[in-house]
Amino acid sequence: MVSTTEMQALATQVRRDILRMVHAVQSGHVGGSLGCADFITALYTSVLKHDPANFSIEGHGQDMFFLSNGHISAAWYSVLARTGYFPVKELATFRKLNTRLQGHPTPAEHLPGVRVASGSLGQGLSVGIGAALAKRLNNDPTLVYTLHGDGELQEGQIWEAAMFAAGRKVDNIIATIDYNGKQIDGPVDVVMPLGNLRAKWEAFDWIVLEMDGHNFDDILSTMEKAKEMTGKGKPIVILMHSHMGQGVDFMVDKHQWHGSPPSNKELEMALGQLDETLGDY
Amino acid sequence: MTDYTSTEQKDTRSGFGAALLQLGRTNPDVVALCADLIGSLKMDAFVKEFPERFFQVGIAEANMIGVAAGLAIGGKIPFTGTFANFSTARVYDQIRQSVAYSNTNVKICASHAGITLGEDGATHQTMEDIGLTKMLPNLTVINTCDYNQTYAATLAIADYKGPVYLRFGRPKVPNFTPVDQIFEIGKAILLNPGKDVTIIATGHLVWPALQACKALSEKGIEAEIINIHTIKPLDVEAVLHSVKKTGCVVTAEEHLMNGGLGDSIAQLLSLRMPTPLEMVAVDDKFGESATPEELMVKYGLDVPHIVAAAIKVISRKNS
Repeated sequence: MVSTTEMQALATQVRRDILRMVHAVQSGHVGGSLGCADFITALYTSVLKHDPANFSIEGHGQDMFFLSNGHISAAWYSVLARTGYFPVKELATFRKLNTRLQGHPTPAEHLPGVRVASGSLGQGLSVGIGAALAKRLNNDPTLVYTLHGDGELQEGQIWEAAMFAAGRKVDNIIATIDYNGKQIDGPVDVVMPLGNLRAKWEAFDWIVLEMDGHNFDDILSTMEKAKEMTGKGKPIVILMHSHMGQGVDFMVDKHQWHGSPPSNKELEMALGQLDETLGDY
Repeated sequence: MTDYTSTEQKDTRSGFGAALLQLGRTNPDVVALCADLIGSLKMDAFVKEFPERFFQVGIAEANMIGVAAGLAIGGKIPFTGTFANFSTARVYDQIRQSVAYSNTNVKICASHAGITLGEDGATHQTMEDIGLTKMLPNLTVINTCDYNQTYAATLAIADYKGPVYLRFGRPKVPNFTPVDQIFEIGKAILLNPGKDVTIIATGHLVWPALQACKALSEKGIEAEIINIHTIKPLDVEAVLHSVKKTGCVVTAEEHLMNGGLGDSIAQLLSLRMPTPLEMVAVDDKFGESATPEELMVKYGLDVPHIVAAAIKVISRKNS
């Protein structure tokens, strides 16, 4: 557990990493990455029970995290590197030939921290549930965490998985939804409305929590509450209210930044709003 | 020629079910999942004896593949069960991302493959599944020919670390491979030596290939019969060794020509040893409702068609 001040410093550096990584190759997804930077930072510094130096695919005795919305890989890679999974300087290889940091995460390149390929949306919840079942069979009391985009919930497989987890009482999984209301083509409510998301998950018999994805105190207390609710016969989902592009004023809440890289000028303007707290890679 | 006899008719899917039960008793990491087809997949005995290691997912195949991938990540050896069509085409991207590319140790076990699914018709028959699965890197593709071979293959894939597509069928067919025959993934089986033509068969077409061998023998033609049960990785050396001797090939399978075993053999031979080749397979058509026997005749997947193909390819060789 680190202080929220330290978390803030790390998240700010993560945001710089995201922008510089995507800018360097002029490809990648800054919007959702910036929006999830605070959550993933809190998760890896203060929520997960994990040992970065002893990562294994099987993850026995450690919490597991699956990034289902794999397009925000830049945020995940930055946090993984800065919490000790691999050298920070490797962030400079993002999306380049022969890199372990593929555009979307994959275990094929043996990057520590990554257990399944993701980014073809809608698949990570099923995989996380399977991993949770394996933990149950192994009498392993650690937990499985997943993260999903809200647009991703338009995939049918998510609801197959939701039905299954509740039906089979998979109660050692905590799924989080990046509820920023934006996707590539525009606002989620325009592209394909999700309706009453809380009611939908409740109807599927999940425990539903909500939190502010940019308030570390709220993230920590909600995650703690979620952990306390595991083992009670129901899966848990957290609707994380967040902002695409958080941390850069001209990107906030603009779906156009889902998958657009910043220009040289835009990078300079953005970095001007984010202190180099821990040193750039 | 070698005399293969069959004293019993058994379905390949029952070989799978029996071996799965055996695996349950011998390998505590083996778990099974099914999408509402326990009876069809003959998984009943495993379900009864190991309820805590069985997961009924309902009619939700995409989720089944994903959950299986997660179980494999956690160190389990998941066997998924549904019809071949719903094991492949229905969930192709789930297999591609969460199983093949992620190289998770999932065993996708598919019954009712091919046209012998029969009366339910083309919606449920698949003759594309070998092509779909063999295109995915990392994925091993196996198509077994009888009960004993399916039993042995099911045991073998549990010991192999990596994703596998295991294809078998619905109808009762002659059970003729030796009960103690070791199943070696990627290893062809020479069923009968011959010098005039190589007949390479897989799945339900292996027994008809043996009958064709007898018929050809009566015409003075010595056919070499090879059973390829592992479509990928292909036993390249076995094929080339035989073809070098015979100089012509017939492939036989319950699948479309596009993407099937014949297509793999054609690719190999055109690159390494151009040789006259005939394919006994279905040419770019969907199936239809009828009994398995009627369909095999109508779609040309029977002894007379194998014999005719052999005679034709020998004449091409000699012309």
